[in-house]
Amino acid sequence: MKILVPVKRVVDYNVKVRVKSDGSGVDIANVKMSMNPFDEIAIEEAVRLKEKGVATEVIAVSCGVLQCQETLRTAMAIGADRAILVETAEELQPLAVAKLLKALVDKEQPQLVILGKQAIDDDCNQTGQMLAALLGWGQATFASKVEVADGKANVTREVDGGLETLSLTLPAIITTDLRLNEPRYVTLPNIMKAKKKTLENVKPADLGVDVAPRIKTLKVSEPPKRSAGVKVADVAALVDKLKNEAKVI
Amino acid sequence: MTSLVIAEHDNASIRPATLNTVTAASQCGGDVHVLVAGKGAQAAAEAASKIAGVSKVIHVEGEHFAHGLAENMAAQVVGMAKAYSHILFPATASGKNIAPRVAALLDVGQISDITKVDAADTFERPIYAGNAIAIVQSLDATKVITVRTTGFDAAASTGGSASVETLDGVTDSGKSSFLGAEIAKSDRPELTAAKIIVSGGRALGSNEKFHEVLEPLADKLGAALGASRAAVDAGYAPNDWQVGQTGKIVAPQLYVAIGISGAIQHLAGMKDSKVIVAINKDAEAPIFGVADYGLEADLFNAVPELTAAL
Repeated sequence: MKILVPVKRVVDYNVKVRVKSDGSGVDIANVKMSMNPFDEIAIEEAVRLKEKGVATEVIAVSCGVLQCQETLRTAMAIGADRAILVETAEELQPLAVAKLLKALVDKEQPQLVILGKQAIDDDCNQTGQMLAALLGWGQATFASKVEVADGKANVTREVDGGLETLSLTLPAIITTDLRLNEPRYVTLPNIMKAKKKTLENVKPADLGVDVAPRIKTLKVSEPPKRSAGVKVADVAALVDKLKNEAKVI
Repeated sequence: MTSLVIAEHDNASIRPATLNTVTAASQCGGDVHVLVAGKGAQAAAEAASKIAGVSKVIHVEGEHFAHGLAENMAAQVVGMAKAYSHILFPATASGKNIAPRVAALLDVGQISDITKVDAADTFERPIYAGNAIAIVQSLDATKVITVRTTGFDAAASTGGSASVETLDGVTDSGKSSFLGAEIAKSDRPELTAAKIIVSGGRALGSNEKFHEVLEPLADKLGAALGASRAAVDAGYAPNDWQVGQTGKIVAPQLYVAIGISGAIQHLAGMKDSKVIVAINKDAEAPIFGVADYGLEADLFNAVPELTAAL
């Protein structure tokens, strides 16, 4: 069984982005870029399924600029067997990415696609669900536990009141939440090995997909700043402030 | 122009997030209809009909709607979509699960987590963990939207008198099935609807201490309990208590952050709270940068003292 894992190159989670002064977006020039943390969890889960003998091959995919190759190399250093870059400099929105991924799924025929639940740049939380819809597959989002056996995936999901478990008929889509696993550290020998693995390059036009945006960004601005308040000396002063100044208790 | 709000409910009652979503739908212009799909959801449908500003409730019954499976819910909504200009979901675990599936089946983009309606096709939404606000315009005929509940006031849950129409549901997709759930029962208010939240971080040190120190304070204040990602990852608190960029987004009247350093990702989930209190022994903790009242102290002394003083 093949597993396809899409990965996104995003601004590193430790970077606090700055909004461009002309309001056209955020400044990502010369900013550290990394693999979206949820996608790292997705790759780790796929590799573990291969190590358990459930999967036979793990294919990493990224859609975007040429530099996404670095993200794919990281995925292969974690343990993906090969990678595909859908290269374009166009802005890609979740629906367009889902369509590109569908074209690759049609070609590669994986039984499982594992994605991060959300990218930490646009915070959309859409691509996995959209891909499931386009393929007509079942979905289990926000996974904290995955068990695959006998043509089924039993997935425990993090939901608002706690946890719930679904059974999906394969092929299916899973999106990862934070507690699914802890991705391994990438070692130097594995980085070297990843350099020798196959990285295929295709273009959206090769896949016959129109990636035109459906949502136009008119302006990006700084959020209203919250200014720091005061430090209080002790608990009594805090209670006094809450009762008499803020009047919230 | 008519909007459809997909209700979040437990069959017996409507969850509060639905009320904020109705307000967002009203701001899009035109009538507001509410879909209540469930099993034995008559009471929820009736409750929806009383929400101020709702003109029609569509009630769909079926065993396969009992657990809100995305495949069945999305197919149901898509079948009804032609009549609507806007389809809105609360940005909850359930709404986020279903909405993109609906959008893709309709071949339209989806707008996540809106905090403001600027025009019928133009919305504001936070990106990069709330470090930037984007104003976006939908170019599609149908707008599929998830609504960040903290961005909109709750519609009144009484005073409305919508008609309730019963509709035949789509059949079960058979692609997924519900096996079980572990939903903690609690007398505390729901995290996203609470007026006061007491939230703990890694400094609590253990699951036992987390509960031993924070629960008496939460009891005194009638507060919900929350946690930082670090505390959840360490196993001090369950996953559904996590406040932050990828957890729950909250904006209570009072947020008490205890032993939480204040990573960007945590601030993204609570910085719209009206009053923020931080208790932390690290004077340099970033949480003090957003707190209205900061108390630099050892939480194991300060929190019991605070509990006793209330």
